[in-house]
Amino acid sequence: MIQVEGLSKRYARHVAVNNISFSVEKGDIVGFLGPNGAGKTTTMRILTCFLPPTEGKATVAGFDVFEQPFDVKKHIGYLPEAPPLYPEMSVRDYLAFVANIKNVPNGEVNRRTDEVMERCAVADVRDKLISKLSKGYRQRVGLAQAIIHNPDVLILDEPTSGLDPKQIIETRELIKGLAGEHTIILSTHILPEVEAVCRNVIIINKGKVVATDSVERLRNRTGGGTLQVQVETAGIADAETVHKRLEQVPGVSKVLDRPGPATRFVFEVDSLPGQNARADVARAIVHSGWDLVELRSMTQSLEEVFLELVGSTPATEAVPATAVAEGVAQ
Amino acid sequence: MRNIWTICRRELYAYFVSPIAWVLLAIFAVLSGYFTFLISSEFVRAGFESQLQGQSFPMNLNEQVIAPLFSNAAVISLFLIPLISMRLFAEEKRQGTIELLVTSPVHEAEIIIGKWLSAVLMFCALLAVLAIDYSFLFFYGKPDWKPVATGFLGMVLQAGCLLALGTFISTLTKNQIVAGAVGFALALLLYILNWTTSFGNSDTVQFLNYVSIVSHLDSFTRGVIDTKDILYYCSMIFLGLFLTSRSLESLRWRA
Repeated sequence: MIQVEGLSKRYARHVAVNNISFSVEKGDIVGFLGPNGAGKTTTMRILTCFLPPTEGKATVAGFDVFEQPFDVKKHIGYLPEAPPLYPEMSVRDYLAFVANIKNVPNGEVNRRTDEVMERCAVADVRDKLISKLSKGYRQRVGLAQAIIHNPDVLILDEPTSGLDPKQIIETRELIKGLAGEHTIILSTHILPEVEAVCRNVIIINKGKVVATDSVERLRNRTGGGTLQVQVETAGIADAETVHKRLEQVPGVSKVLDRPGPATRFVFEVDSLPGQNARADVARAIVHSGWDLVELRSMTQSLEEVFLELVGSTPATEAVPATAVAEGVAQ
Repeated sequence: MRNIWTICRRELYAYFVSPIAWVLLAIFAVLSGYFTFLISSEFVRAGFESQLQGQSFPMNLNEQVIAPLFSNAAVISLFLIPLISMRLFAEEKRQGTIELLVTSPVHEAEIIIGKWLSAVLMFCALLAVLAIDYSFLFFYGKPDWKPVATGFLGMVLQAGCLLALGTFISTLTKNQIVAGAVGFALALLLYILNWTTSFGNSDTVQFLNYVSIVSHLDSFTRGVIDTKDILYYCSMIFLGLFLTSRSLESLRWRA
């Protein structure tokens, strides 16, 4: 749906985007991830024909952004970083105006307007002036504006920036709900967002693509298969014994002692490559008559993968995957 | 065509829900009303005087009231036109809504013409106030309607030029005040260019006189439609809108 080959955008003094290539399949939902100033917005502006590229080629829905911008514009919905709203208009009038300039057939303007207002949960403020709306509503009106003509491709530039946590979750749900019928590319510098919403991720830093992968694979890139085990033996066995028992479990490559609470023994257990010793470890502990208090897998968070890729110092300790899924750290 | 009308309608809406339209209408109503009162009282006084002296001066409502009123209205609009055109693109740039327009399947020309047309229609609303002033002259006297009609045509064409240039200036900045000030300076310059006629009759002076915007309005207010003037106005409108389109295009390359 989106093909980008060797795309560059140079300004007089700096290079915003430097020879990037990627492609997005139809129906996919892709996170465009990078620190501020990485070139996300510039790339999106090129894809929406707002900026011409200095070099390279980009096609959206089969049309070249430079040669056939008019056809590209028909097939995209775009939500810029600041939603492009006219403060003096009511939500309804504004959306009807956008429907008109996006070539929605005359007879369908009202129906489409009502539909997207329902879908983006702004129907309750339809007659309010946009200038009176809260930030969350504005963002949703911006999203409604982007999907009003049912475009094949949706380009969303930081769709959740500046929203409160509840609104962020709602907006993410909304975006997830749009996937499938639309191909979505959304930019963000917030990692949990990519994990929560996207299937694939393109990481960009200083104008260059540093990784393109599925969220799952990227997360498992390093540190896959490490387990953290907490055992209570109620005095039957000491740490030494438990350690030895764990080392004997098939599929375990290494066991490390970790400091833990007084009555508990804590270990980090590495599996052999390509195996997961999780079940066997649990069975071994229970069969020995000890209590298995906690067993969790310690995949590296996307955050660390990201920091590693963009070349900053990664966080010191691996965070259990459960913490990442909760969506922390803005 | 549909896109032009959609954009034009939104712009008109923006004028009339904001105070701009109403403030401009109020200013124009007060000033043009004052001039109407002044000029028609002078006309009436001159009429009485000629009767008292027993001689009859040739009295003509068209020449002595309507034509000077048009010239005065032209001066007032000189001040007001930059206020109409200054927001057209500057506001969109500041709000970021220009991104919506430019990434929509709308031709650049449709955006520009739609916006310019809305500004012209906004100016026509001001002229409606002038038409009300004139209606009193028709009520109490019998002026010839044809010079009035051509006068209005001339006013609209002249405003069309200044608005087209103002639209161009509005694409150059995010700041409406700057757009307004520069627009006013340009309008004033075009207005006073023909003052150079006092320096003689060289080619340069004739050229400046031709470029000056007022010298073309006079014939309209006297009821004369000259192709030379029409050509001047149309080419100025085209120039303004063409510069606007170039400027919008370059905006994309510079941004």
